[in-house]
Amino acid sequence: MKPAQFDYERPSSVAEALDLLRREDLFVKVLAGGQSLGPMLNLRLVQPDLLVDITGIPELKRAEPDSDGITLGACITNADIEDGRAPDVTGGVLPAIARGIAYRAVRNRGTIGGSLSHADPSADWVSGLAALGAEAIIRGGPQGDSGRRTLPIEDYMVGVFEAALEPGEILEAVRIPRLSARARWGYYKICRKTGEFAHAIGAVLYDPERSVCRAVIGATESTPLVVADAAFLFGDRPSDNLAATYDTAAAARLLDRKGMTDPFERQVHLAALRRAVDRASLQ
Amino acid sequence: MTVKGVGGRLIRKEDDRYMRGRGQFIADVRLAGMKDVAFVRSPVAHAQIRGIDIPDTLRHAVFTAGDTDIKPIRAVSGLAGFKVSEQPPLATGKVRQVGELVAMCLAGTRAEAEDIAAAVSLDLEELPAVSDMLEGRKPGAPLLHESWGDNIFLETLVDADLSATARTAPIRVTREIRTARQSMAPMEGKGVVAYWDSRLEQLTVYSSTQMPHIVRTGLSGCLGLDHGRIRVIAPDVGGGFGYKGILSPEEVCVCWLAIKSGLPVRWIEDRREHLIAGTNCREHHYLITGYADRDGKLLGIDCEATVDSGAYSAYPFSACLEAAQVASILPGPYDFPAYRCKTYSVATNKCPILPYRGVARTGVCFAMELLIDAIAREAGLEPHEVRLKNLVRPEQMPFDNITKKHFDSGDYPECLRRAVAAIDLPAVRDRQKRGEPDGRLIGVGVSIFCEQAAHGTSVYSGWGIPMVPGHEQATARVTPDGGLELRVGIQSHGQGLETTLAQVAHQVLGIDPEKISVVHGDTGYTPYSTGTWGSRCMVMAGGAVTRACQEIARRAARIGAWLMQTDEAKVTVRDGMVVGPSGSVTLGEIAKVWYLRPQDLPNDADPGGLETTAGYKPVRDSGTFSYAAHATVVAVDTEIGAVEILDYVIVEDGGVLVNPMIVDGQVYGGTAQGIGTALYEEMPFDEAGQPLASTFADYLLPGPTEVPELRIIHMETPSPYTEFGVKGIGEGGAIGPPAAIANAVNDALRLLGAELCVSPMTPRRIVDAIAAVKESGARRAAGDAA
Repeated sequence: MKPAQFDYERPSSVAEALDLLRREDLFVKVLAGGQSLGPMLNLRLVQPDLLVDITGIPELKRAEPDSDGITLGACITNADIEDGRAPDVTGGVLPAIARGIAYRAVRNRGTIGGSLSHADPSADWVSGLAALGAEAIIRGGPQGDSGRRTLPIEDYMVGVFEAALEPGEILEAVRIPRLSARARWGYYKICRKTGEFAHAIGAVLYDPERSVCRAVIGATESTPLVVADAAFLFGDRPSDNLAATYDTAAAARLLDRKGMTDPFERQVHLAALRRAVDRASLQ
Repeated sequence: MTVKGVGGRLIRKEDDRYMRGRGQFIADVRLAGMKDVAFVRSPVAHAQIRGIDIPDTLRHAVFTAGDTDIKPIRAVSGLAGFKVSEQPPLATGKVRQVGELVAMCLAGTRAEAEDIAAAVSLDLEELPAVSDMLEGRKPGAPLLHESWGDNIFLETLVDADLSATARTAPIRVTREIRTARQSMAPMEGKGVVAYWDSRLEQLTVYSSTQMPHIVRTGLSGCLGLDHGRIRVIAPDVGGGFGYKGILSPEEVCVCWLAIKSGLPVRWIEDRREHLIAGTNCREHHYLITGYADRDGKLLGIDCEATVDSGAYSAYPFSACLEAAQVASILPGPYDFPAYRCKTYSVATNKCPILPYRGVARTGVCFAMELLIDAIAREAGLEPHEVRLKNLVRPEQMPFDNITKKHFDSGDYPECLRRAVAAIDLPAVRDRQKRGEPDGRLIGVGVSIFCEQAAHGTSVYSGWGIPMVPGHEQATARVTPDGGLELRVGIQSHGQGLETTLAQVAHQVLGIDPEKISVVHGDTGYTPYSTGTWGSRCMVMAGGAVTRACQEIARRAARIGAWLMQTDEAKVTVRDGMVVGPSGSVTLGEIAKVWYLRPQDLPNDADPGGLETTAGYKPVRDSGTFSYAAHATVVAVDTEIGAVEILDYVIVEDGGVLVNPMIVDGQVYGGTAQGIGTALYEEMPFDEAGQPLASTFADYLLPGPTEVPELRIIHMETPSPYTEFGVKGIGEGGAIGPPAAIANAVNDALRLLGAELCVSPMTPRRIVDAIAAVKESGARRAAGDAA
């Protein structure tokens, strides 16, 4: 269980990293913490010619809050968020999610951008940031080093272990909106043991001052089920007591649409969402 | 004063190096010019090998069976009807399990060796695989070993006529019970480093083994090399649990290659190899019927047990130890009049089943204790009441049970009563009535078992496996400065024997344990021993150390008496001194005279001096029987199938405890493994025989947050047959939890009418069991309506 031979570069700017990513003669992988990629290399599930370690790039480690939200560089670690080194604009959502990711050793090195780009369906950020209405800021592409495009997080993960990155692109940052003081949220993860991969994730955000009501059912077999306007899950009348009007049947219909037929999987995913709703509710 | 002898809670001597990271484990062994091996392993469970394609440029670095003259590993059981499997360390003709070794690749680093392995391609003609033992038992199943005509290593039968019992018993309960295949997971995997020492003309083998002498014997057979040409050294070993108690094909191959190449060669197992190709254990199936009176008194047990033995018979324990044990220990700690048990050891296309801490007892306890609870539910009694009606009573001890197991001592009912009291059964029943605010269901469960340990010659010669323990020997040697060296053939890999054997020697001689060193795990230094298995070391090596130290005491007394010019009969040995009527002389002074100033001794002094090797067997070699009751309270989240352990009590009687702190450690560790068996650990296979858990992401082990604070209560009934009354106690922790936890889960689910008879109790299995009851209820309701 040792990796096949690869070359390693640790650029100090995004421009340098993009130069390396544009190498068409090589199979290049970005290393942004390595908590998933490391084992995959060891198991030889992935055999790149070149690893580009982006964790030495200062611009990817910025945390820049403003009045509308915060921009977190792709290489902000889970522990940065857990410990508050990255400011929180979400009333505690981000640190709460970060604290539940795997084990502390993984959180110390694992990054928010690495997790999103690895696109494991059971990863916390894939679901949690979708519930928050976050966006992925992608750098590079046809416009070169200064090119930028933005995608909703739910569109950034396009499949199992597949992110919406074109050749020559890199995830630069995540933009997370600031929640209002009235915002209510719930996040519920089901896993068989602490630190293990999630088997079901439910997340809900109700922020009436910003007219936001979002829900996510995650840790499915593929991309999470993201409901950008989730009012119908609450009989079109979401309130601080979300649980009061929560419509399980409506949630179940979401699973039908997703094609989730296994009774156990349905039950567990519905439980995760309902429990997230319970946590979000003022009862 | 701190007790440093038997009964002292001494800090472990070995912990200083372990806690400072200064242990020397197999992967720490570095030899000049050492090369690494990676194996080409079979990617399929069953296939004919049509060809092995090695690129010409790599031919020098790749070795297949055709290049070697290694003899197959044969672990033959003497039990009548046993069918012999030959396990070629490198596959010849066929492969019979995923991960079977096909070729060996040698390079400067493991990564390069893996590059070479990746360049070797196999031409395999896939054959239908036996992935399930019950299917494998059936006529017409694909055959692993064609000459057998079927896939059955061995059938055994403990026969009795239960027809009268069956006719008249008021209660008859039948259950199909299954324990999953597991992969034991010591923190350190297996590994071996070998080189040919041309000065000594000796193959030196470092191996992460619990049984260095047995490995030496096995290597001698497979390599055709005299014992005297092989030295096996077990360095620090990071846990074994049985996995390191076998001769592994990798060990044989690496040793052959070391001789062939003249280079130091090593192989360090990675966790993927470990999970898919190394460490399988535990897979049992029971069809069991219990007969009982309305008051819960057992009238008879009738069982058909099947063990998935895997593809080959592992050396030295064989493919049948597990099932042979099932038949003989299924009756557990109970006294009942009629017993029948048929067992099958079935060959399947999986890796060989290996003895794992508790060996068959974990499965047997699971089957028996779930059955007892089912009988209790049928009888409308508290489960512990049914047990109390049937447990062997203290006044019956020593007791020969229905399978002629000789229980040496103990008070089984009291053990159970204490466990039930400690878990506070009435309070749990009240809590159940009140219900939980979060809607979870509370359940309470108990299990009780006894654990044969340190069983010796008569037991193992009966099972007829290649390894039969005889007298255990120890060498004791006083050093010139009055310290003591003990040399034992067992191996300590977490049991703390460097400490406890020193405590035993201290008890006899009074030498400070700080000045006692225990040498173990090296065939070059120690007397022959079958090694560390079967919770035998404290009884057997402890007994041997006692005998050797007693002989040292006699010899020291003679020299001391001479030095004090008194009669030998008038001196005693205590506190590291020989004490006479009018003075004393320390062992240090005696040693100084013997080694450095022999001119002070008379000419007729005992030439044996201050070094001796002594052998030991207990008064009876039928084994000690420690026992324990486990009681637990769980909360079951029925919606998502999650189980939380709220409380866990263990009442344990291991006889006289040499170091109670170390025993606690053994119980904690074993119980963590038992919780793994109960709730987490499973090595699933698909129909083609592919193992489906190849990393710890898929093979779940309990971690610190899954193991609750365990409450241990000790009883201490000495064994009448051993030195100091000690009993073996290394495995019990891993035996009781699956049954106790399953009984607690089933207690919680009782009102729903759901019951699980399988380990591990995964969320899916729990949810499915509840759903199945709801469905059948709905069907019944629909039927009624119709």
